[in-house]
Amino acid sequence: MAECHPVGFQWVMEAKARGAKVFHIDPRFTRTSAMADHFVPIRAGSDIVLLGALINHVLAGEHDFREYVLAYTNASVIVSEDFRDTEDLDGLFSGFDGETRTYDPSSWSYQGLEEEAAAGQSGEHAAEGRHHAETARADQYGSGGAAAHPRPHTDETLRHPRCVYQVLKRHFARYTPEMVEEVCGIPAEDFHRLAEAVVAASGRERTTAWVYSVGWTQHTVGAQYIRAASILQLLLGNMGRPGGGILALRGHASIQGSTDIPTLFNILPGYLPMPHAHSTRTLDEYLDHAAGDTGFWGNKRSYMVSLLKSWWGDAATEDNDFCFGYLPRLTGDHGTYATVLGQIDGIVKGYFVVGENPAVGSSGGRTQRLGLANLDWLVVRDMTLVETATFWKDGPEIETGETRAEDIATEVFFLPAASHVEKEGTFTQTQRLLQWREKAVEPPGDCRSDLWFYYHLGKRIRQRISDDEIDRPLRDLTWDYPEHGENRDPSAEAVLREINGTGPDGRTLSSYLDLKPDGSTRSGCWIYCGVYAGEVNQAARRKPGRSPVAPEWGWAWPLNRRILYNRASADPKGRPWSERKAHIWWDADKGEWTGADVPDFEKDKPPDYRPPPGATAQAALSGTDAFIMQADGKGWLFAPAGLADGPLPAHYEPHESPLPNIMYGQRANPARKVYNRAESPYNPAGSPRFPYVLTTYRLTEHHTAGGMSRTLPYLAELQPEMFCEVSPELAAERGLVNGGWATIVTSRAAIEARVLVSERIRPLRLQGRTLHQVGVPYHWGWAGGGVVTGDAANDLMPIVLDPNVYIQEGKASTCDIRPGRRPRGKALLDLIEEYRRE
Amino acid sequence: MSERMGFFTDTSVCIGCKACEVACKEWNDVPDDGFVFRATSYDNTGALGASTWRHVAFVETADNWLMASDVCKHCTHAACLDVCPTGALFRTEFDTVVVQADVCNGCGYCVPACPYGVIDRREDDGRAWKCTMCYDRQRGGLEPACSKACPTDSIQFGPLDELRERADERLAALHAQGRSEARLYGESPGDGVGGDGAFFLLMAEPEVYGLPPDPVVTTRDLPSMWRWAAAAALTMAAAAAASTTWRR
Amino acid sequence: MARERAMVPKAEFSSYYGRPVIKAPIWHEPNMPLYLYLGGVSGACAVSAALEELRAEPSRRLGTLARLGSALGCATGAIFLVTELGRPERFLNMMRVFKPTSPMSMGSWILAAHGGLSAVAAGSAVTGVLPWAGRSAALASGVTGPLMSTYTAVLVADTAVPAWHEARRELPFLFAGSAMAGAGALGMLATLAMPEEAAPVRRMAVLGAALETVAGAVMERRLGALAEPYRREPLMRAARLLTAGGGALAALSAVPARRTGRTGRGALAALSTLPSRRTGRGGRVAGMVLAAAAAAALTAGAVCTRFGVLRAGRASAEDPAYTIVPQRERLAAAERDQVSG
Ligand SMILES: Nc1nc2c(c(=O)[nH]1)N[C@H]1C(S)=C(S)[C@@H](COP(=O)(O)OP(=O)(O)OC[C@H]3O[C@@H](n4cnc5c(=O)[nH]c(N)nc54)[C@H](O)[C@@H]3O)O[C@H]1N2
Ligand SMILES: Nc1nc2c(c(=O)[nH]1)N[C@H]1C(S)=C(S)[C@@H](COP(=O)(O)OP(=O)(O)OC[C@H]3O[C@@H](n4cnc5c(=O)[nH]c(N)nc54)[C@H](O)[C@@H]3O)O[C@H]1N2
Ligand code: SF4
Ligand code: SF4
Ligand code: SF4
Ligand code: SF4
Ligand code: SF4
Ligand SMILES: [Mo]
Repeated sequence: MAECHPVGFQWVMEAKARGAKVFHIDPRFTRTSAMADHFVPIRAGSDIVLLGALINHVLAGEHDFREYVLAYTNASVIVSEDFRDTEDLDGLFSGFDGETRTYDPSSWSYQGLEEEAAAGQSGEHAAEGRHHAETARADQYGSGGAAAHPRPHTDETLRHPRCVYQVLKRHFARYTPEMVEEVCGIPAEDFHRLAEAVVAASGRERTTAWVYSVGWTQHTVGAQYIRAASILQLLLGNMGRPGGGILALRGHASIQGSTDIPTLFNILPGYLPMPHAHSTRTLDEYLDHAAGDTGFWGNKRSYMVSLLKSWWGDAATEDNDFCFGYLPRLTGDHGTYATVLGQIDGIVKGYFVVGENPAVGSSGGRTQRLGLANLDWLVVRDMTLVETATFWKDGPEIETGETRAEDIATEVFFLPAASHVEKEGTFTQTQRLLQWREKAVEPPGDCRSDLWFYYHLGKRIRQRISDDEIDRPLRDLTWDYPEHGENRDPSAEAVLREINGTGPDGRTLSSYLDLKPDGSTRSGCWIYCGVYAGEVNQAARRKPGRSPVAPEWGWAWPLNRRILYNRASADPKGRPWSERKAHIWWDADKGEWTGADVPDFEKDKPPDYRPPPGATAQAALSGTDAFIMQADGKGWLFAPAGLADGPLPAHYEPHESPLPNIMYGQRANPARKVYNRAESPYNPAGSPRFPYVLTTYRLTEHHTAGGMSRTLPYLAELQPEMFCEVSPELAAERGLVNGGWATIVTSRAAIEARVLVSERIRPLRLQGRTLHQVGVPYHWGWAGGGVVTGDAANDLMPIVLDPNVYIQEGKASTCDIRPGRRPRGKALLDLIEEYRRE
Repeated sequence: MSERMGFFTDTSVCIGCKACEVACKEWNDVPDDGFVFRATSYDNTGALGASTWRHVAFVETADNWLMASDVCKHCTHAACLDVCPTGALFRTEFDTVVVQADVCNGCGYCVPACPYGVIDRREDDGRAWKCTMCYDRQRGGLEPACSKACPTDSIQFGPLDELRERADERLAALHAQGRSEARLYGESPGDGVGGDGAFFLLMAEPEVYGLPPDPVVTTRDLPSMWRWAAAAALTMAAAAAASTTWRR
Repeated sequence: MARERAMVPKAEFSSYYGRPVIKAPIWHEPNMPLYLYLGGVSGACAVSAALEELRAEPSRRLGTLARLGSALGCATGAIFLVTELGRPERFLNMMRVFKPTSPMSMGSWILAAHGGLSAVAAGSAVTGVLPWAGRSAALASGVTGPLMSTYTAVLVADTAVPAWHEARRELPFLFAGSAMAGAGALGMLATLAMPEEAAPVRRMAVLGAALETVAGAVMERRLGALAEPYRREPLMRAARLLTAGGGALAALSAVPARRTGRTGRGALAALSTLPSRRTGRGGRVAGMVLAAAAAAALTAGAVCTRFGVLRAGRASAEDPAYTIVPQRERLAAAERDQVSG
């Protein structure tokens, strides 16, 4: 965190100064480790074992926050008899289809709901298990998760052998400190210190927070890492409470905004799922599939109709399904890696690359470039001439003679982009806080904002379209923002206002609760509704304030809530768990929830509210159902649906791992996304040719693919050359010299890097052997208008993905390392070929 | 003259982000200092110099990583200022030591005079440069760029007296936590330079960070040096007189 | 135990990746050492010129030579000095202030005064105009001369460069000796054709060489470990040999020049038989050859001294040991004092 979120890290330092204990769990000793009370070195790719052992520690010792667990989680729910755990199937859950490598999750449901699900009364269609696996992944449920019955069978004593609590206990029993030692390489005493600290700092008076970023996500089991942490946090009562939570530190500025109003292929604004070409032809069909009917997702029709109204305005009417048919449809995996492979296969012909540098930044660099080289046209919008725009004349494949510039037919359009100080608009940061930025200077020359680009591109397209029916969706689109300035920039405030949404009177709405399913309201993103409440740009507020949540600094979605699910910060009766940790509470006199934050609960729903039978949406949730976006209002220790690779986290080895899986017979995540392609072969697991763990990461001094840091002398001089970090032991084993050169080899590529020998990189001792890890930052590329250049780490990386969110396994693969620079030209290909053969 | 302003750099909370280095360059328009991979941990800047006015050191110890942001000490008795023959170096109303770029003729004398190895001549420009403690910002009522940018308040700016108090408290707190290796450096007016206007809390011996353990302003010895020179001059005159053939 | 530790000081020291603690002098070769050399020579010449005026029967030739040496040395030295500046066009900024804490400021004023005086003295001697002014200037430069030759020692010693600062006592003598040897050597060259006038310059050269040699020996002895940079510096070693050897040769060259070897004593006398056995003319030629060789050696020695001192200083600055270890020892000593006191 100190490395990649140094400004945010000041609050960790602050907490530390006030007595918080900081543990840092990372394969490498980093700037964060230096500031932590305890550094816990771990083998990349093994965290589920550590987290599982913590869960086991909590369950075995009954350290869970029982009152919280009973009230706010699904611990007491009875799971279907059909469910089989990894314990029973040696590493698989029930429902796995080995042929398609997908799960049918119907056996994971709550007891008594299997039939209901099959009957199609709730959102999750168990009978359509296959369909679920292919298109209805976690994201398909939006932020709400799958449907689940609001009142399932439960055993409040938690003794029923099939209640979630007991299922959990059995599942995690094998996650022991010994396993932590053998799989993660963490000595038992380090584990115990961590376990005791976590337990001690949880409960009524204290909370523990887990902070993670891509060290936890870029794995074939990434989503399950986060699930494991959620289970632990729910058991310890650390969710929805101040100082608790699992805090995702997001990446690029406003990357949070780009999932809220997504640049992802499978969701619509506000985490509404993208419709599917076959199963969701009508709005009703779609809504039937999208999330549950109870909880706040029960209002999904209002959110969706308001979105369609905001896009197609008056053209969207009840009669034409509010233009639902205009929406593009999914036919399968359209993720970035599938798209690139589609380019190589000649299916994808054109490509917009906006604010991204995949030729350097995405796994399997060579594959990326082969894809780019096989396009008809490519549009790159960036602030500098990044490698993605110049690969055709100076890429590594040109150097090796694999391709020649004259053979690449891709027509490349490079359009210079305005930077963040050259345009107005909001950033949504990692805490869901929208902050408005003014334009500081005019962009130079032909540089234009992305908003300008898309708006004017849209205008030009609309000028050229025919009267043909096929163009109607474009014709009907509301595409009319006030323009200002010399460059005719569309008003970003007008866009924000549209996102907020308006009521029948044309005035801005102040809450998504005001959205209507009948087409009388509009909102471009329901969770952002309120950011323009009272016709005021709430994101532009800059009042630091003295309250712990500074409510008038910017605006947080939803409804300016600073801590999500904060109902859980009070006990079931609505009293704060403790004075120290008071956040919101029920004021019986006034009959409302009150406190420092905006309650993430219906303001006037009393703690003793019990839903009447047949209630839907939020009315179906009781006064103690804190997790209001869930159909059952509970925090899910066990996920009966929604994940592609199991209802519980289980440890699987990374796709390319030097070690066997000693936890189960199943070696790697069975549902992981594998692409067996000639361009990008895998290192055989356990291969002696690739004995070292390869992990990639960032440096404070650079930014991602380098377009924004290699080009700046002040940053580039701080880390001027691509390097790799190795332990003194590995250096001795391989004859690497500090300051010298090394060549790192995988089945995909061989790259060279300067050597930094450091005791910070510690060899791990596990399973009777010493395991070395090689660390490489991934910020360098061969060109990119940079003042410094270097080989790209991503050329080494495999294309293998987490099945839930399609993220690449960038943190744990294997490699070989040898002294000296890499061969040039064809000799480089020969070297890689040699490694592939063996 | 207003209050003496200074820096207290508490290296125990420095996260090595180098924001100070970059902010300094941005504000003061300092050019890059070359692109050299030094293989000395995460430090590729190496040292303070004409084009590096803040420098973050990275020291890898057996079980930790020490990071510290170094800067001109704005000495009470500043050797650089003492020896500057043009008056380019002067003491400001904030009791800081600043080079006037329009006066400096690049004689280079201040460079070896500084007991901390701070000030340096930029060869392509010919003049000597170093931290100004953001004189221009201070005059405008702003705090220096580096301390402003520091996310963890490792660099604290303020009236020197206050900083010294704060440093004493911090030191006591660290010692109470059992971190006996913590020590203050340059805070004592009794040291060889009369105390630093920019002083430090270090977590190891100063030389580990590249700082001199007992710096002295050499001009302290100037009177004796002139005396020795006078003696040598007289010796020379006498020897010359003795060489002269007074009589044939 | 404690005793043992006190006796065997810890040799190891920590540093930051072996990087220097202080900045080495940035002064370039050949500018700075040549300035030191020329300035020194100029100062010594000025003393000679002044002394010449004080003699009962001044030698016009010697006087003129000395004045010229002083003026030319100073002028060329100043050129080297100015070109050494990062911004030579701002040389006159030195004259903005008069700053006793800055040896370079004082030096600038000394240089200015000395340069002016020696120019007037030389000008008058060459053109013959304003002889009284020339004479007064020459006399006055007898005061600025020794300052000119020795202030540079203060200049370098008043830095954090360990090998310089710690040698602050001896360096002025070393510089004075080197200046005299250098000036004497030039004088010897100039008087090759007039041996009868050569005695004073030769004596000056010999005395200068002796002074430099003794000062150097004392300095290295007192510096202890800090003498290493001087001892390791080849130019410094060469300088010592050349100066000592040149001084000896200069002394020797006196013997044949006087033909009879009257002044030759002891070993010198024994040696002197060699040239003196020759004819008078031959002895004279041999004397000239000896004198020329001595002058060359001394000049080379004086130049090498200045280069050597600069390089040794730089080496001592570049190795953090020379900065850290003495400072550590100083601290340890202070602590011991405190404990015992
Ligand atoms: N200076 C700077 N800041 C940035 C960025 C940048 O490029 N430069 N990028 C931004 C972006 S886009 C993002 S996504 C974030 C990412 O922020 P981070 O996630 O902090 O970035 P990384 O350095 O990629 O990875 C974090 C750490 O995960 C460790 N790690 C690898 N594998 C494992 C594992 O299996 N388990 C555990 N426990 N740790 C593991 C790595 O050693 C590394 O130290 O940073 C953002 N901030
Ligand atoms: N091996 C390995 N690979 C990784 C990762 C890893 O940890 N290891 N991390 C992954 C992660 S988390 C991320 S986020 C990616 C990042 O990878 P990329 O997104 O491919 O890389 P960036 O360099 O961040 O590219 C962003 C580009 O946007 C440009 N830009 C900046 N502002 C604007 C703007 O306003 N408009 C436009 N049009 N352009 C702009 C910048 O100049 C820059 O070139 O890398 C991924 N790749
Ligand atoms: S770069 Fe921006 S987002 Fe990242 S830590 Fe610094 S201030 Fe925060
Ligand atoms: S540290 Fe050096 S440059 Fe800074 S004031 Fe002191 S002597 Fe001058
Ligand atoms: S280099 Fe400039 S600042 Fe330094 S002493 Fe010379 S004139 Fe003064
Ligand atoms: S005070 Fe100003 S000049 Fe000095 S280091 Fe900080 S930013 Fe640079
Ligand atoms: S900005 Fe602060 S924390 Fe960052 S390197 Fe500088 S002193 Fe350290
Ligand atoms: Mo990211």
